[in-house]
Amino acid sequence: MSQPMIEVRGLSKQFGSGENSVHALEDINLTIQAGEIFGIIGLSGAGKSTLVRCMNLLERPTAGTILVDGQDLTKLSDKQLRQARKSIGMIFQHFNLLMQRNCLDNITFPLELVGTPRKQAVARARELLQIVDLADKEKAYPAQLSGGQKQRIAIARTLATNPKVLLCDEATSALDPKTTRDILRLIRDINQRLGITVVVITHDMKVIEEICGRVAILNHGHVAESGAVEDIFSNPKTEAGRRLVYPDGVPFELLPKSRVVRVAFNGGTAYQPLIASLAIDCGVKANILGADTRNIDGRAFGTMLLGLPEDEAEAAKALAYITSQKNITVEEVPDYHA
Amino acid sequence: MLEQIASVLEHWGISKALEQLEFLLDPATLPFAIWETLYAPLLAAVFAYLIGLPLGIILVTGEEGGIRPLPRALMQVLNTVINLLRSVPFLILMVLVFPLSRLILGTAVGTTATIVPLTVAAAPYVARLVEASLREMDRGVIEAAQAMGCSAWQIITKVLLPECRPSLINGATNAAITILGYGAMAGAIGGGGLGSMSIMRGYGRNQILVLYVAVIILVILVQIIQSIGTALCVKTDKRINHSKEKRRKSS
Repeated sequence: MSQPMIEVRGLSKQFGSGENSVHALEDINLTIQAGEIFGIIGLSGAGKSTLVRCMNLLERPTAGTILVDGQDLTKLSDKQLRQARKSIGMIFQHFNLLMQRNCLDNITFPLELVGTPRKQAVARARELLQIVDLADKEKAYPAQLSGGQKQRIAIARTLATNPKVLLCDEATSALDPKTTRDILRLIRDINQRLGITVVVITHDMKVIEEICGRVAILNHGHVAESGAVEDIFSNPKTEAGRRLVYPDGVPFELLPKSRVVRVAFNGGTAYQPLIASLAIDCGVKANILGADTRNIDGRAFGTMLLGLPEDEAEAAKALAYITSQKNITVEEVPDYHA
Repeated sequence: MLEQIASVLEHWGISKALEQLEFLLDPATLPFAIWETLYAPLLAAVFAYLIGLPLGIILVTGEEGGIRPLPRALMQVLNTVINLLRSVPFLILMVLVFPLSRLILGTAVGTTATIVPLTVAAAPYVARLVEASLREMDRGVIEAAQAMGCSAWQIITKVLLPECRPSLINGATNAAITILGYGAMAGAIGGGGLGSMSIMRGYGRNQILVLYVAVIILVILVQIIQSIGTALCVKTDKRINHSKEKRRKSS
C-alpha cells in the first residue's frame, strides 16, 4: 500500500445539544490508503452515512480532523472547501441527478461549475458515457432511465472532474441484486483503471465482499473492528462483526441455547464434504442451522452454523475433528437468548 | 337586424337592450376593455416577480439549515411583512396605496395607476408561491451539488431555479390569474377594463347584457392563461416521459 489518502482522526459528531443531543459518531480513527476500496459497514443508525458525509464536510464534525490527500478539510475556508470538494466525488442511494437536464448535461454540470468550455465539456462527457456504457443515452432524461442506468450517469458525472476519491453512500441499496453487481463491477473497474480511492458505505456484507479490500465495522457510532475483509470474515473479533458474517436469514432467537458453532471455510474449500466426513469419520450427526457461500476476491468463502449433539463427549469430539481440518476455522456461538 | 334582436331580448325582460348592444358592438369598446384588463395586471405581474422571485428565493435559502442562512431576525421581519401585506384585503390595500400611486405615477385614478396597488398586493403572494415551488426541491440533489463544490449562487441559478421550473411556471400561471382578478376588482375604484365595465354599466346602470358579456370574456381570458401555463409546464417538465407521445405521433 502507498500513502494514506483519507485520514480520520478523533472524529466525533453530535447532533443537537443538551439533553436531546445524539452522539452519532464518537472518536473515529481511520486511515484509508490511496488506491484501495475501503468499506464501511453497519446497521442503519450506526452512523456510517454521517461518517462518509464528514469526509467531504457535507456534515461538519463536532471534533476531530479529516485529512484528504494531506489537506485538513476542517481548517479550510468556504471557498477552499468548494475547491477541495471538486476532487472528492460522491454518489448516492437515490442518484440525485438533475431531473430537468439530459444525461449529457448532467455529466457536463460539474465541468460548467469550473468554467470548462462547452465543447471540451461535451467531449469529456461523451468519453465518460462510453466508460459507463451508456453512449446511446446522451439525450435521454433521467426519468427515462432505470435505476442502474441512473447510477451509471451519476458515476460518470462525478468522474468528470477527475476526482481522487469516490465516496459511495449506499450507492447500490436502491438497486436489485443483478444491477448491484454490475454497478459494483463498474466501481471496481474505475478503481483499477483510474486509481481512484473508493470508500463504500453499505449495510450489506455482500457489497463489501464483492469489492472491498479492507473494511471497518461501525456500531453505535464506534469502529467495532477493522481490517482485511477475509480476516474479518474468517475470524470476527466482535459481536458486531460476528453478526455480519453469519449466514443470511438465520434467526438468532431460534437457535439452540448452546453447542452452536460457526464454521468458516477460508478460501477454495467451500465444497469439501465436511458434514459427510464428520458423520463417517466420527459418527457424529451435526445439524445444519444455516449456510452460505460467498465470493471474496475470487475465492470461495463458506460459512455454516452447526448444531452439535447434546452429548458433551460427542460434541467435543466433533469440535476437535472440525478444528483439525485445514483452512477451516471454528468458533462457538454465544447464547443470544439472554 | 339589430333592432329585431333587441326587441327579442326586451321581450325576455332585458331592458335597454338596443343601447347595450350598440355599446358592445362598437368596435372601440371590447378590444379596448380587454387591452385595459390585460395590460395593467400583466405589467403588475412582471413587477411582482421582480420583487417576489428574489424574496421567495431568500425565504428558502436564508432559513436555518438553508444553503445560505441569514440572520434569524431578518427572516422574521421578512416573513412578518409578507404576512401583513397578504392579510390586507385587496380593495382596502388599494385605497391604502393611493398615496404611493400618486407618488410614483402622479395619479391614483385610471388603469395605469392600478399597477402600483396590484404590484404591492401580488409581490408577497408571488414570494409565497416561489417559496412553495422551491420547497419541492429534492434535498438530495442540492446535497449532490454541494458535494460537487457548488457555491450558493450556483445552486440557486443552476440547480434550484431550473429544477423547479415546471412548478414555478405553474405558480406564475396562478399569479397571473389572481392578479387579473384583482385588476377586475380595481375596476370598482377607478381602474378600467372589463371589471370596471361590469361594475359601472352592468351593476351600476343595470345593463345585464354588458355584465354577462364582460364576465364571459373574463372567464375566457382566464381559461386561455391557464391553458398556456399548463401547456408550458408540461412541455418543459423533463420528469414526464414524453417518449410515449412521440411514439403515438409517429405511428
